[in-house]
Amino acid sequence: MSEPLIRIEGLRKSFGALVVTDDVSLDVAPGELHALIGPNGAGKTTLIHQIAGTLQPNAGRILIGGVDLSGASPAARARAGLARTFQITSIIPTLDVLGNVALAAQARSPRALRLFGRAATDEALNAQARAAIAAVGLSARAGAPAGMLSHGEKRVLEIAMALAMEPKAILLDEPMAGVGREESARIVELLLGLKGRYAMLLVEHDMEAVFSLADRISVLVYGSVIATGTPDAIRVDPAVRAAYLGDEAA
Amino acid sequence: MSAEATSAPAAAARARSRLALSTTAPLVMLALFALLPLLAIATGQTHWLSLINRIVILGIAALSLDLILGVGGLVSFGHAAFIGLGAYTAGVMVDAGRGDLLLVVPAALLVSAVFAALTGAVSLRTKGVAFIMITLAFGQMAFFFSQALYAYGGDDGLTLPERSTVAGFPILANKVTFFYVSLGFLVAAYLLVRAVAGSRFGRALQGARDNPVRVGSFGFDVFRIRLGAYVISGMLAGLSGVLLANQAEFVSPAYMAWQRSGELIFMIIIGGLGSLWGAVLGAAAFLLLEEALSGFSEHWKLGFGVLIVLFVLFTRGGLADLARRLTGGRA
Ligand SMILES: Nc1ncnc2c1ncn2[C@@H]1O[C@H](COP(=O)(O)OP(=O)(O)OP(=O)(O)O)[C@@H](O)[C@H]1O
Ligand SMILES: [Mg+2]
Repeated sequence: MSEPLIRIEGLRKSFGALVVTDDVSLDVAPGELHALIGPNGAGKTTLIHQIAGTLQPNAGRILIGGVDLSGASPAARARAGLARTFQITSIIPTLDVLGNVALAAQARSPRALRLFGRAATDEALNAQARAAIAAVGLSARAGAPAGMLSHGEKRVLEIAMALAMEPKAILLDEPMAGVGREESARIVELLLGLKGRYAMLLVEHDMEAVFSLADRISVLVYGSVIATGTPDAIRVDPAVRAAYLGDEAA
Repeated sequence: MSAEATSAPAAAARARSRLALSTTAPLVMLALFALLPLLAIATGQTHWLSLINRIVILGIAALSLDLILGVGGLVSFGHAAFIGLGAYTAGVMVDAGRGDLLLVVPAALLVSAVFAALTGAVSLRTKGVAFIMITLAFGQMAFFFSQALYAYGGDDGLTLPERSTVAGFPILANKVTFFYVSLGFLVAAYLLVRAVAGSRFGRALQGARDNPVRVGSFGFDVFRIRLGAYVISGMLAGLSGVLLANQAEFVSPAYMAWQRSGELIFMIIIGGLGSLWGAVLGAAAFLLLEEALSGFSEHWKLGFGVLIVLFVLFTRGGLADLARRLTGGRA
């Protein structure tokens, strides 16, 4: 097996007495869609934050593309090829959809901070942005201020921003959180289409979606990974059934 | 998805009118600025010339603050320090007989840039109220430092023996020439700030105002972007200080009192945050009101406060937004 794109070793994080990440080790191979499931408060988002660099772990290592980036800033990790979406929608409301996505593309373009030349009409960036916007099916809304989008549209805008970064790996924290059934199905379609092209770590509560999308699943309970395996193996894992899945996935 | 179909033309019309206003408003203001001195001379009201000139000069400072505060969301409460640094650079150099504008301007830009880089490197590590307090503290440090410049008058300030020359020619001694030179600097500053705000750099700066975590997650170094904007802004404010010292033929610590920093913030709030030309309009409104009210009563500042409260309550986007609505730019 080739070198994993994301590799976490012995990660620990606690908030005061509460241990939220308890000796977590996990990896995501190139092109793999690795799902992370677990009950509310299990520590999934906290883990995503530590991988992305927005929270510092108390112990452990994080390697991206084989490089130890444990202490690196979120920006440095992004430049190393790591993109993410946020559980709580995080966009730039005063820019339009095209501007949001073009700004994501801008970060990795040469002369990312050029002082002259109008950014809004920068065709090189806009072409890249339009491709990402089309990929998530948001083209009709490209000119709308991002703050005016519906919740579901904002969720796919997040994915478009991640794609425009041309990342190697993407962290997706509940991309379907709070969206309706129809939109949720569209997002599953979208992720299926992306499968194989990026290493993806997907946090999601929708078990149907997870079991249809994932190559491997890790189950997080009270901060520790109690099982990692293929969907079929996880479905029948007694520890997982006892702790989390219950009969729902049977 | 039929909602877009109906709202798209409306959005396009709105964008067009916004574009139109952001082009026409600065041009109308420029025409007014260019004509007013002639009017003042024709009617013999030459004392107006110095007021209009101060509007133009402080317009540059307000514009520079609008880049970091309006576009960048960084509430700097020490911006007058840069005006003071530029003014003292001019004062000290003119006093030393090296006061040519071709020397003074680069020197003031350099001094302001260094001060901005040093203080920005510290203050931009903080955010919110802490940032306001630290910029205020740095501003006060510059203020007390200038008070201690006993060789240059200390608290009383320094009277310039003459105005700066330009390539050796004393052309700035003429009030009208000086005005048009100031106006030239304002136009250049406006075009520069507008270009920067609309550039890739400016978009990242604006993005970081709204959502610094997101902009960082793209791979941008938000601190570096803000520091860059802070330095550009400080340099432009320093330039306005050079002009202010020459216009008044006087510099004193009062230029960098914290009240001056507060007034700059008022100006851009009155004008409409982030609209750039609104900052200049705000400077004009502020100085004209000050002039009008101070003629009424010595307690004019009280009335001024009331007016500003009313103004902020009733026009949320400032004069720029008011103009936009009056010209039908917004529903
Ligand atoms: N900054 C913080 N300070 C203290 N406790 C925190 C902090 N952030 C998260 N927690 C706690 O850590 C635990 C894990 O939170 P986290 O958000 O990672 O869970 P999650 O698995 O993503 O849950 P959900 O499925 O509801 O999104 C929760 O008990 C939460 O209250
Ligand atoms: Mg979560």
